[in-house]
Amino acid sequence: MTDDQGYDLSQFKATYFEECAELLATAEETIARLQDGQGNDEDLNAVFRCVHSIKGGAGAFAFDDLVHFAHVFETALDHLRSGRAELTPHVADLMVRGNDILGDFVRASQAESSLPADHGADILAQLSALTGAKPPVAPAAAQAAPSTPAPKAPSFTTYRIRFLPGPDMLRTGNDPLMMFRELAGLGELEVVADITALPALTEMDALRSYLSWTCTLTTDKDRSAVDEVFEFVSGETAQVEIEELDSLPGDEEGEGWGLFAPPPSANAAKDEEGDGWGLFGDAPGNNAVATPAIPAAAPPKAATAAPTPTATQGGAVHTASIRVDLDKIDRLVNMVGELVITQAMLGQQASGFTVESHPELIQGLQELSHHTRELQESVMAIRAQPVKALFSKAPRLVRDLSSKLNKQARLVMSGENTEVDKTVIEQLSDPLTHLIRNALDHGIETPEERVAVGKPAEGTIHLAAEHRSGRIFIEIEDDGRGINRERVLAKAMEKGLVEPGQQLTDEQVDMLIFAPGFSTASEVSDVSGRGVGMDVVRKNIQDVGGRVVVQSTPGAGSRFILSLPLTLAVMDGMLIQVGGQRYVLPLTNIVESLRPTPQQARSLVDVGNVLTIRGEYINLMALHAIFGIPGAITDPTKGLVVIVETEGGERVGLLVDELLGQQQVVIKSLDSNFRPIHGISAATILGDGRVALILDVSALRQMGALATAAQ
Amino acid sequence: MQNAAPPAETQTGSSRQFISFTIGDEEYGVDIMAIREIKGWAPTTELPNTPEYMRGVINLRGAIVPIFDLRARFSGGQTQASARHVIIVVSVHDRVIGILVDAVADIITITTADIQPVPELDHHVHSGFLTGLVTVDGRMVALLDLHQLFDSELIADATAAA
Repeated sequence: MTDDQGYDLSQFKATYFEECAELLATAEETIARLQDGQGNDEDLNAVFRCVHSIKGGAGAFAFDDLVHFAHVFETALDHLRSGRAELTPHVADLMVRGNDILGDFVRASQAESSLPADHGADILAQLSALTGAKPPVAPAAAQAAPSTPAPKAPSFTTYRIRFLPGPDMLRTGNDPLMMFRELAGLGELEVVADITALPALTEMDALRSYLSWTCTLTTDKDRSAVDEVFEFVSGETAQVEIEELDSLPGDEEGEGWGLFAPPPSANAAKDEEGDGWGLFGDAPGNNAVATPAIPAAAPPKAATAAPTPTATQGGAVHTASIRVDLDKIDRLVNMVGELVITQAMLGQQASGFTVESHPELIQGLQELSHHTRELQESVMAIRAQPVKALFSKAPRLVRDLSSKLNKQARLVMSGENTEVDKTVIEQLSDPLTHLIRNALDHGIETPEERVAVGKPAEGTIHLAAEHRSGRIFIEIEDDGRGINRERVLAKAMEKGLVEPGQQLTDEQVDMLIFAPGFSTASEVSDVSGRGVGMDVVRKNIQDVGGRVVVQSTPGAGSRFILSLPLTLAVMDGMLIQVGGQRYVLPLTNIVESLRPTPQQARSLVDVGNVLTIRGEYINLMALHAIFGIPGAITDPTKGLVVIVETEGGERVGLLVDELLGQQQVVIKSLDSNFRPIHGISAATILGDGRVALILDVSALRQMGALATAAQ
Repeated sequence: MQNAAPPAETQTGSSRQFISFTIGDEEYGVDIMAIREIKGWAPTTELPNTPEYMRGVINLRGAIVPIFDLRARFSGGQTQASARHVIIVVSVHDRVIGILVDAVADIITITTADIQPVPELDHHVHSGFLTGLVTVDGRMVALLDLHQLFDSELIADATAAA
């Protein structure tokens, strides 16, 4: 789990504890059903899965106590579901309490505190007893006992470890050699193998383990370090006995779960059914296989259904967060949207009043406006999530792909904590994956090629997110070979996307890669280049109101810029009027507005109208012409020109009649009841209840270009 | 609409209820189960580059609802809409749309046996939009198939004028 980025585990821990709380609650519910006798096998499986999931996560975070308890619980459940143990009412009670104790451990792990060592010990014992014990394997006696280690510092302890793998240990992926190496790392180790069980070579099953070992370890580490080495094999897969040769009997009390063995004298006398999780060494009866007669092994008081004093009944793990159905949040978002509209309406109604005549009304409305905005931001914050969730897949993707492609690449990420709407995040997952693949497959060259052109052998992919003027920008930049414009153009002509002889700017050529069905990969690799690539990327991004732009420098790399709205519900807009119609221009698109002088606005043959502004020529488009709106001002010098910037960074002037004012608008989809209209991104409802259309500046730019071309 | 239809059938057996409305001298009927509400004409927000019969959108309690001019759809020219005109809000293909008509005429109950097939009409109405004809009190009412009528409008294809 070493990761390039050095992730902060606490975030995952928080998620884990949230999940634990849910899993514990589910388990409890299900166990209750089982208790009532209404449960079935599937319920047992469900409980098993819950406990297993808790154990799995606990293992990852090294909550050892939790893992140990969960393991025994899980084993008991496994016996139950496989029919090796019977689900009696008593056992059901045991499960309830087992679940409680499990909850205690989860809470303790969450609080980073430890429980008393014998916490839940009686339950643990009963659960262990439920699983029964395997018949003891006769210890291999043929071996001469290893010599006692010679040098011994005062703090050193010598352990004798008998390690008897079960026949299937190798199949479970456990390699004894690894364990011995690990042991050797703890101190001085002597290992003697017992080969008496080894069959003739012809009869040997390579996947079976026939050997057993006796190890003598002298170490200054404590017992738990030794236990840890065998953590994954003790129990079902192998039998491990650890004795302390020169420690005082009984000095291990209170150490974790009293793992494996009571003091040596006791251990030598009887066999501890392999894992020996239980503290019930005084109950010889539990060595009988799968007896459901638990009470025999249990302390009398625990055999009753009375809860143990320490077990919290039905206590859900405290979490600082709750999970809420997305529908509920969406409803909230919608209501806040309606509130924003109502507030705008009130504001409009009151616009005739002055502060002098109605001071309280005006003040109240201003406060309402502030509160509405704050409420709206809070609601949006609920849906917002850091893009980290999206970026976290990237390191692995880059690692896997670069080894697959024999390329060297380094991933640099920034701005992972930038927050954006959950829906946006969900929609971005695939495009981002594709763009990273693309950068590695098509962008970054092989190390040889890179060195040949004087670049470092290792390529760099930069993944960045940032908030800028009410939108979120995600950039994927590589320092690879850049877009091969000649090849792109040739391919586009071949596919009929570009007419021969058509003059395209570099930027336009670059954008061709987003055309449907376009893929320049000469051969289809399994990494990218299935022809469903960039157009799908663009579509996914457009679906959430975003845009993608590519900037490329041949030989130096490409940069894909994704620009996305922060939320899908509300935005700041400028209300404009053209003819009898009102439209909303997203405020983020607006650069400035002006009333041009006759010198500034010119009409050029073949180009259409242009506007000179501070020595720069920009295209002038008339909204009324694009949309065919009657009764609008056609003379630029009489109307207003709003300079807007498309996501591509291109500036155009948009001729409108007048600006009506800035306001927050709630975005309403047009296509939920109709279909998308070119040039319109969505609709909104104004304060007077009328619908206004929200302009799609980039689409307008295209329409304007087409209109000019048609003239 | 789909979920509401069965109870109506069980109530009335083989008879169905329609709302009839007029466009000029002609009377049309729409299955009552498709109808959400009936409201007076209110100015719409026009959508750019859409056909003549697409009258724009209105705000229906927070939802953006497109309004189609049925007269224009039947090539009878655009309705000069006034406050006396009526918008029938119907549910088609899980979408809510409004149709602009001159006036609502009646609620009619028709047994399915009374519905006659549409003859080959020498008429400007494309007969594919009609499911049948019935005679009510001596008046002919053409029953509309809203799905047929608005299929091409609602299923997004190339926008009318790009």
